[in-house]
Amino acid sequence: MKILVPVKRVVDGNVKVRVKADGSGVDLANLKMAMNPFDEIAVEEALRLKEAGKAQEIVVVSIGPAQALETLHTALAMGADRAILVRTDEAVEPLGVAKVLRGVALTEQPGLVILGKQAIDDDCNQTGQMLAALLGWAQGTFASELAVEGDKARVTREVDGGLQTVELKLPAIVTTDLRLNEPRYASLPNIMKAKKKPIDEKSPASYGVDLAPRLKILRTEEPHARKPGVKVASVAELIDKLSNEACVL
Amino acid sequence: MAILLIAEHDNATVMELTARALSAALLIGTDIDVLVAGSHARPTAEAVAGLKGVRKVLLAEADELAERLAEPLAALIVSLADGYDTILAPATSSGKNVAPRVAALLDVAQVSEIIEVVAPDTFKRPIYAGNAVQTVQALDSRKIVTVRPASFAPASQGGAAPVLTVPSAGDPGLSSCVGNRLSETVRPELTSARIVISGGRALGSTEKFEEVLLPLADTLGAAVGASRAAVDEGYAPNDWQVGQTGKVVAPDLYIACGISGAIQHLAGMKDSKVIVAVNKDEEAPIFQVADYGLVGDLFEIVPAFEKALRDRA
Ligand SMILES: Cc1cc2nc3c(=O)[nH]c(=O)nc-3n(C[C@H](O)[C@H](O)[C@H](O)COP(=O)(O)OP(=O)(O)OC[C@H]3O[C@@H](n4cnc5c(N)ncnc54)[C@H](O)[C@@H]3O)c2cc1C
Ligand SMILES: Nc1ncnc2c1ncn2[C@@H]1O[C@H](COP(=O)(O)O)[C@@H](O)[C@H]1O
Repeated sequence: MKILVPVKRVVDGNVKVRVKADGSGVDLANLKMAMNPFDEIAVEEALRLKEAGKAQEIVVVSIGPAQALETLHTALAMGADRAILVRTDEAVEPLGVAKVLRGVALTEQPGLVILGKQAIDDDCNQTGQMLAALLGWAQGTFASELAVEGDKARVTREVDGGLQTVELKLPAIVTTDLRLNEPRYASLPNIMKAKKKPIDEKSPASYGVDLAPRLKILRTEEPHARKPGVKVASVAELIDKLSNEACVL
Repeated sequence: MAILLIAEHDNATVMELTARALSAALLIGTDIDVLVAGSHARPTAEAVAGLKGVRKVLLAEADELAERLAEPLAALIVSLADGYDTILAPATSSGKNVAPRVAALLDVAQVSEIIEVVAPDTFKRPIYAGNAVQTVQALDSRKIVTVRPASFAPASQGGAAPVLTVPSAGDPGLSSCVGNRLSETVRPELTSARIVISGGRALGSTEKFEEVLLPLADTLGAAVGASRAAVDEGYAPNDWQVGQTGKVVAPDLYIACGISGAIQHLAGMKDSKVIVAVNKDEEAPIFQVADYGLVGDLFEIVPAFEKALRDRA
């Protein structure tokens, strides 16, 4: 079985982004970029399935500008076998990403596509579910456990009330949650080895996909600021403030 | 401008999430039908019919709809989509699971987790863990939207909508539910509780988490939340995680105990009306959003707080 893992290049999760003063977006100039953390978890899970003999090849794919090559290199250094860059300098919405991924999946014929549940920049949480719809495949979202047995995948999902376990017919789509695994760091020898791994470059047009935006961003602004708080010296003072000032007790 | 709202209804308390999403729907338009899909879901349908502003309730009952699996549920929603300009779901794990599948089947974009309705086709939503807020206009003729329940007050009771049954669109046979391990709790549901008390890595163990935080939660009638670190360490179940990638809460009072205040955690609680932070590190970022900060050891402060409240009562 082949596993396809889409990886997105995003602003590093530890960086606090700033909104541009003219409301036209967030200022991404010179910010530290990284692989979306949920996608690292997806790559790690694919590697573990390969190491367990459940998969033979791991293909990683990113849709984005030339710099997304860095992200693909990271995935290759972790242990993925080959990479595809679908190059575009435009911002692509989740539906567009899903359409490109559908094209990639139709050529690559993976048994499993593992995506992150959410990109930590747009916070959309859409792409995996959309891809499942476009391919007519089963979906197991927000996975905290994944097991592949024959032509089925068993996925334990983190849901609002606890955990749900579903069985999916393969090929299928899985999206990762935080507790699925802890991603490995790439070792130096593996980083060197990754330099020789093949990277294909494609364009969205090669999959016949129209990426015209369906959403118009009218404005980007700072969230409401909270007014500064105070430190209290004791539990008694806290209770007094909560009762008499904030009136929440 | 007809709207189809997908009800959340795993149990009685979760009904409130539907009532909150209904408030968002009422800001978009007036002809609002609510889909209740499940098995043995008639009581829920009757309850939804009593919400003010509902035109009619569509009740679909079938075995394949019992576990809210995305594939049959999306097929059902798509079969009903023709009559609606907007399809809305609360941004719960179930809504997040099914809405994008519906959107792609209908070939339209989705607007995720709106926090404000600006116009029937224009919404505000947070990005970058809530560090920025976007105003987004959906250009497709049909709109698929998920609603952050914490950002809207529940719609009121006092309606009397008819309940109509609709057929399931069948089971595509792609997935099945093997089992559920749902947490049992007698406490209020996290996303609709008036008071939330959350614990972080500092609690150190499941035993301490329970011994120190739960009595205070019970004295206050509060729901219990946790940071990612506390969940990862196994001190608290996954469905207690508050944050960018967990649950988003906006209670009247949020009490953070031994939580540093990483941006991912703040994303899930910084719209709370009043925030209290207990942390031994006076530089902890949580104090930047706290209305009242108490610097010190939570293992002394939290039990003292609990005792003082009990003595007062
Ligand atoms: C992709 C991604 C998604 C994430 N999503 C979320 C999310 O949804 N929710 C979330 O919470 N996090 C999330 N995180 C994790 C987040 O970045 C932080 O790592 C996490 O919130 C830290 O948890 P914490 O505050 O409990 O632990 P720590 O950061 O370790 O803080 C512990 C705090 O306890 C204090 N303390 C220690 N002992 C005591 C004591 N005796 N008394 C009082 N105070 C004490 C310390 O001073 C410290 O401030 C995510 C991270 C990533 C990468
Ligand atoms: N531009 C992209 N390139 C590759 N994968 C992507 C891209 N955008 C989104 N994804 C995948 O889809 C997941 C969910 O993203 P989103 O729906 O935007 O929250 C991510 O974790 C990635 O696995």
